[in-house]
Amino acid sequence: MSTHTITKQQVNFKVFRFNADEDYLPYYENYDMEVTSEEVVLDILNRIKWDHDGSFSYRRSCRHGICGTCAIKVNGRATLACKESMNNMVKIFGNELVIEPLSKKRSVKDMIIDKGDFWEKHEAVKPYLISDVDEHPEHEHLVTPEEAEELNEADLCIQCGACHYACPVVEINDDFFGPAAFAKAYRFEADVRDDAHVERLEAVHQEKQGVWDCVKCMECAEVCPKDVDPISKITSLHNMLFKEGVATSNVATRHAVGFKHSIARNGVLDEGGLVLYSEGLSIVKHVPVALKMFTKGKIVPPWGITKSDNLDEIQKLVKSSSTAKF
Amino acid sequence: MKKLRYALFTGCTAKQSTPEQMMSTMAVADKLGIELVELTEASCCGASHLQDYDDFLSLVLNARNIAYAEKHELTMVTICNTCQLNTAMTKHRLDNNAELKARVNEKLAEVGLEYKGTSLVTHFLYAIIDDIGLDKIAQMVETPLSQFNIAPFYGCHNIRPSELQNETHKTPENAYNPTSLDDLIIACGGMNVDYDEKNKCCGFHAELQAPKTAATLTGNAIAGAMDNNADWMVTPCPLCHLKLDTQTHHASEAIGREVSLPVLHMQQMLGLALGCPQESLGMKHHVTKVNFL
Repeated sequence: MSTHTITKQQVNFKVFRFNADEDYLPYYENYDMEVTSEEVVLDILNRIKWDHDGSFSYRRSCRHGICGTCAIKVNGRATLACKESMNNMVKIFGNELVIEPLSKKRSVKDMIIDKGDFWEKHEAVKPYLISDVDEHPEHEHLVTPEEAEELNEADLCIQCGACHYACPVVEINDDFFGPAAFAKAYRFEADVRDDAHVERLEAVHQEKQGVWDCVKCMECAEVCPKDVDPISKITSLHNMLFKEGVATSNVATRHAVGFKHSIARNGVLDEGGLVLYSEGLSIVKHVPVALKMFTKGKIVPPWGITKSDNLDEIQKLVKSSSTAKF
Repeated sequence: MKKLRYALFTGCTAKQSTPEQMMSTMAVADKLGIELVELTEASCCGASHLQDYDDFLSLVLNARNIAYAEKHELTMVTICNTCQLNTAMTKHRLDNNAELKARVNEKLAEVGLEYKGTSLVTHFLYAIIDDIGLDKIAQMVETPLSQFNIAPFYGCHNIRPSELQNETHKTPENAYNPTSLDDLIIACGGMNVDYDEKNKCCGFHAELQAPKTAATLTGNAIAGAMDNNADWMVTPCPLCHLKLDTQTHHASEAIGREVSLPVLHMQQMLGLALGCPQESLGMKHHVTKVNFL
């Protein structure tokens, strides 16, 4: 039997509806449909509009996973409607699917959201090559294949917003640039032709908006339809902050560096010591919780820590393998 | 059946801020007939922060930890999601990049070690599901937890990125609809609670630098479980546990609502169901009282 046999199944769609001009609150409309294994999520959106309710609104354009326009959420998972097969959705979530915009709070009409915050953050990282180019250059600015390779992955971003609106920090902290903007910042930071390194990194280093507020949930890596892997670009930006000397001493940078000191001393982490090193005098704000933890036997003093066996090996490796300075 | 043997990478919290997690791991392993060979030579995995400062050093240290599991010719079992991610990601990167692996091994050679890539790295939760099986575990249950609604909290670093799930586990789960912990609750006789935050972030890794963000995420998680009638929560990650158990005051303040639930490590839940003596599971070390025992 051919592997291309078309199968059909009954699916219940619960679709988010909201018109900012008319509705006080959003509501959900139910549609029961027979869907085939050939269809993608965008086909379903089209069928809702064409067969059921012409007022249903969503964005679409290229239908080839290139323009980044049609990203929505299915059962909480951000995805490109034109790329995501119905088969895959039913396989993951079963026959009850919830169709929602990327951000419910930013919905203007049904799936259409106000993506202004996304573009604002995008703009804030100066997403363009900053270079003092000679008006009449005598030769090309050559980039080796290895140098180009460094930014290839980040260059694939289509600005669909899937990672931005999947990021839990973006949801809470209005200042946070978000994973797409960071991946874009990396795209130009890693470009050998770019001259703005420090300027761009300084924006990325700022607390509240910058990389230090990332919670490392890996949502951005999981959701990206283009495998940009924003979290790895965020790590690279962290590394660049130290390498370019942009990182200043604050609770976040000391927290990262403190791991190295702790490992060099004990092999394992000295949890209390790390918090003290990171916070300095601000440690006092942790006292109420620390006291509770202490009474429950959750705090081990520095002298009570069981160091790793063969600590000399670890110390030797920390010395010989370190690549960063602070 | 041949006795299961694993190399245990305890991570740092099990020896410091979550002693109950170490206790319950040993108690449950004993009940399940698992022999755990503790990797006492292991260093801290860097907890997803060391790599921000020095990525290469982080790789070398994690490769060294795995090299010790390889010396024992055993699968490395972790009991912390972040240890799992850091170690499995190191393995993933070295196994897929010969040049990087050679650079790391050049350093390890200085201390007479080599990373080969021969040991699997998996979290205890997946090790028992893959190697013992949920049916077998269900058969071993002595005290079914049938009177409890239990909310699973998966913890990011076990379920994302899914490429690590796919290469590590016999039955990889989907990050958007994970089932392992739900299945374990059911195997223990409990009722699994479904709620939106079960596969979301607890905020732990931004606790010092972004306390409000971190506390809001913790608060949302507990509130989600409470609103779906959970009696308590269960997690495979000691870092999630620290947030959910010790930070309820900040979490409540951040979301403007009193939130608090007892939170058990998955080993403690399993231990209760398997009939381990309660004192062997370390409930007295919890900040939020385990009020149902």
